[in-house]
Amino acid sequence: MPECRGLGHSVLRKEDPRFLRGQGRYIDDITLPGMLYLDIARSPYAHAKITRIPEVGELGVPGVAAVITGKVLDQYKLAWMPTLMSDQQMVLPIDTVKYQQQEVAAVVATSRYAAADGVAALEGLIEYDPLPVVVDPHEALRPGATKVRDDKESNHIFHWEHGDRDATEKALADADVVVEQAMHLPRIHVASIETCGCVASWNPVEGHLTLYLTTQAPHAIRTVVALVTAHLGLAEHKIRVISPDIGGGFGGKVPVYPGYVIATAASVVTGKPVKWIEDRSENLAADSFARDYHMRARLGAKDGKVTALKLDTVADHGYSDAAANPSKFPAGLFHVATGSYDLEAAHVEVDGVYTNKPPGGIAYRCSFRVTEAVHAIERMVDLLARESGEDPADFRLRNFIPKDRFPYRSALGWEYDSGDYEAALTKAMDMIGYRDLRAEQAEKRARGEFMGLGISSFTEIVGAGPSKTFDILGIKMFDSAEIRIHPTGKAIARFGTKSQGQGHETTYAQIIAEELGIPPEDIAVEEGDTDTAPYGLGTYASRSTPTAGAAASIASRKIREKAKKIAAHLLEADEADLEWEQGRFFVKGSPDRGKTIQDIAFAAYTNHPQGMEAGLEAISYYDPPNLTFPFGSYICCVDIDRGTGEVSIRRFVAVDDCGVRINPMIVEGQIHGGLTMGMAPALMEEISYDADGNIHGGNFTEYLVPTAMETPKWELGETVTPSPHHPIGAKGVGESATVGAPAAIVNAVVDALWHLGVRHVEIPITPQRVWSLLDERGAALYR
Amino acid sequence: MMRFRVAQPPALVDLRRVPGLSGLREENGHLWVGAMTRQAEIEKSGLTRRRYPLLSDAARVIADPVVRNLATVGGNVAHADPGNDLPAVMLAYGATMCAVGYPDRPAPSLSGEGSRSLPLAPEKREIEADDFFTGPFETALGEGEILTGIRIPSPSAGSGGAYAKLERKVGDYAVAAVAIQLRFHGGVIADAGVALTNVGLTAIRAEAAEGALNGSDGGDEALDRAAAAAAAAAEPMADARGSEAYKRAVVRTLTFRAASKAIARARGEAA
Ligand SMILES: Cc1cc2nc3c(=O)[nH]c(=O)nc-3n(C[C@H](O)[C@H](O)[C@H](O)COP(=O)(O)OP(=O)(O)OC[C@H]3O[C@@H](n4cnc5c(N)ncnc54)[C@H](O)[C@@H]3O)c2cc1C
Repeated sequence: MPECRGLGHSVLRKEDPRFLRGQGRYIDDITLPGMLYLDIARSPYAHAKITRIPEVGELGVPGVAAVITGKVLDQYKLAWMPTLMSDQQMVLPIDTVKYQQQEVAAVVATSRYAAADGVAALEGLIEYDPLPVVVDPHEALRPGATKVRDDKESNHIFHWEHGDRDATEKALADADVVVEQAMHLPRIHVASIETCGCVASWNPVEGHLTLYLTTQAPHAIRTVVALVTAHLGLAEHKIRVISPDIGGGFGGKVPVYPGYVIATAASVVTGKPVKWIEDRSENLAADSFARDYHMRARLGAKDGKVTALKLDTVADHGYSDAAANPSKFPAGLFHVATGSYDLEAAHVEVDGVYTNKPPGGIAYRCSFRVTEAVHAIERMVDLLARESGEDPADFRLRNFIPKDRFPYRSALGWEYDSGDYEAALTKAMDMIGYRDLRAEQAEKRARGEFMGLGISSFTEIVGAGPSKTFDILGIKMFDSAEIRIHPTGKAIARFGTKSQGQGHETTYAQIIAEELGIPPEDIAVEEGDTDTAPYGLGTYASRSTPTAGAAASIASRKIREKAKKIAAHLLEADEADLEWEQGRFFVKGSPDRGKTIQDIAFAAYTNHPQGMEAGLEAISYYDPPNLTFPFGSYICCVDIDRGTGEVSIRRFVAVDDCGVRINPMIVEGQIHGGLTMGMAPALMEEISYDADGNIHGGNFTEYLVPTAMETPKWELGETVTPSPHHPIGAKGVGESATVGAPAAIVNAVVDALWHLGVRHVEIPITPQRVWSLLDERGAALYR
Repeated sequence: MMRFRVAQPPALVDLRRVPGLSGLREENGHLWVGAMTRQAEIEKSGLTRRRYPLLSDAARVIADPVVRNLATVGGNVAHADPGNDLPAVMLAYGATMCAVGYPDRPAPSLSGEGSRSLPLAPEKREIEADDFFTGPFETALGEGEILTGIRIPSPSAGSGGAYAKLERKVGDYAVAAVAIQLRFHGGVIADAGVALTNVGLTAIRAEAAEGALNGSDGGDEALDRAAAAAAAAAEPMADARGSEAYKRAVVRTLTFRAASKAIARARGEAA
């Protein structure tokens, strides 16, 4: 029997040889005969009336075939498109632009260069009348504020609240310590290495559309395209969405961007394939942003026990609510904000606001607003501990939900599946030498050197989700696996999800290997082609392992059921007398009388029992009974340079618990990347706007993505608390680190400056921001 | 520049095959750095590390390794971006820029017209670093001229130098940076060169800071005075890298640190 490396093996990634040898096939590698190129002219103004768009003839650029405008699209009712949050967004404006860098008109040309020259000429000729701009969401809510949307009553998009307001206010009134803090998680961008793009290929003879698309959710996209183009006669069976290799998604490749629709329209109009690949500046300035939550939190404690949380938020959505959340959750899963603590009461409120900025609010590696929630609770718990005169570690250890209370119902109504928070924090403290570092900190402070320790003991919520609560535009958030075993015992497995670097080709194969005893290298894993893969909602919010991974297990078990029948037939034994060991059925009591899964597979096509259907395959659409709740404790140790304000991370220990680890190497890779992506907004990344709506952070000289040089050495640890409801006990892990890391870093910096009276620092904590805090308190040095 | 259509030259001239423009060698009391020498070559050179630590320090913090493999020393100084690191280094060293061509004429037109009327022998010119950087993205080079190389005076015994740069990430231009070259003569500092990066429209030579160092024993108080003088010489503008006050503070801190390092090197106490 071949060796079968199932769960717990650090199998090298099956997809890596092609990526490492430059053989990946990304969207821009796709070239079709006769293909045209699309490029987009963008607005220099944050709010303006378009007074003139020239005709194609006026451009005088050879190779430019057409100029596409909102007025053209409007004839096909395609100038606007629906967003996932029941709002609408412009594909191309008919007359008004709402943010700087918004799409204004598109050029179709015979080469990429001609398209770019066409856009440069076009941008020089488009004329505007600038309009007043509103950038600050608080200002946007004031009466008389400039209205962003002509089709809406005001700039207020929605009010959402959850929890028990009265109980929370009462508990806060009864508390003996209450801390209050405002904090802003600024706009950031996923900035994946591969920008977004598509190749739209319309076949006028067959009335068939193939869309090659950088998408994390190909099936959902196909359905959406079918729904919005039904009036044009396009039907779902004539639409094929192919998502090729993806160079980073992180939530940024969930939405439909205007460029996709324009390219599709251009292909239909010209009858030729049309490629659109955005450049870096377009990607940063116009694709969906993340975060931008202005939060105000109050947290109370009585007798040293944390009791209640109140969290009020103004959410800046830009000019359209194009957030990517499950449809019933306008603020995502923000109400996991009670975190790892046993609170009596909590209440959260979110008000969504329109401003003259790009639309979005995607779940950038944060499982639907969980980073925001974790930031709030972990900052507040730290503050509360300090104001109560207690060490933040001891305070946490005393206030965690105890492990014997799981499954645990939180004050905001979630049922946490499993957890042992004390074990994770204790382990992290041991690994970093927490008490020794505290002693070192005291010594150093006496010498005038500032170091700080910060903790974040986060609880994640991933794996959307149970169909009774989770859907996207009505489509339930199950996911799927279809497995076919070939006669020679090899297999192909297809999924409704779509890897963007997570290593699905390896980890799914390992799950099947565990269940069926077929080695992972004998299993081909395919995703991303709606013509072949079973329907699923895609990969984001750490949902693939909890949903499609579970489906892989269940489908495998269905196959094992049938395999057992075939084995009984081959062994001339009663099914009840057969026993399974990984990869093989044998007769109880006579271990030599057995048949391997490979033998059985061959028989399924060559010698199957009469009356049974031939073949060996199964499909599962898995509807999870609950979400999974990964968790962890991170401890960060920073040193502050009093002469420049630089923060350097000296140590960072991350203890993660994601239940059973399918492939420990891949889990660690996810955590390494996630920690770097968590550090990025804490210290470096931000997209901001001036009062006129001019973007800052729209290119890589301004938007500071960390490199290996800025990344400290991550020290990882693990605890394993299996999910009781997942078939293999696994939870998601793709986002834990991004969610948990920022608060640990901020807590460490505040800790380093606490003795100066610093209680909070907004992110990104740039050297200049720290230096100003030092300078204001007479603590800056010049040596 | 070209990517953002800021510059749209009708053609690009490739200098790679012009002989004699590349290389690094010590001769006649100076270091000759050819204009086409890659920044990576400077960074890796044992000669610069041993004898020209200011240049070596700077080469290691320009951009990132990918850029340094491609970018040249001549391109860096001729481009004269106030954010470029090498101009301040050349000011602190008191380097000489060597040019060849037709300083008073426009660039020859590509159609060949005008080239017929060029004088047969191009002229060679030497321009002191102090006179070279005339404005942001502007140098004393004429349109019809190219830079062939740079001469950096070889340091005498008891010399030391250092470059201190604060950047927000690798590959970023400096928030501020300070280049210092000095030597000890009879127990006191002499011939100090102090120059600043990215805190003005060009690299700035901080003469008052040099004055504070010259004649001093290199103790912390002299360094503090030099640092304050350098901060006063800076002409920063507020931007995403920091406020005016912050940039001046950084200049002050970095001047102290670069001077300490240069002194330690001059005394043989640091590599
Ligand atoms: C991402 C990035 C980050 C960077 N960060 C830094 C940094 O931190 N610090 C820093 O100092 N620099 C930095 N640079 C600039 C870099 O070091 C080079 O100086 C710059 O890219 C010029 O490259 P080049 O040598 O190929 O010159 P080119 O691009 O070929 O030329 C630049 C200019 O100089 C002219 N020129 C070039 N050679 C000569 C010559 N021999 N005679 C006359 N004129 C000439 C050209 O005509 C052109 O106008 C960065 C560059 C990039 C792309």
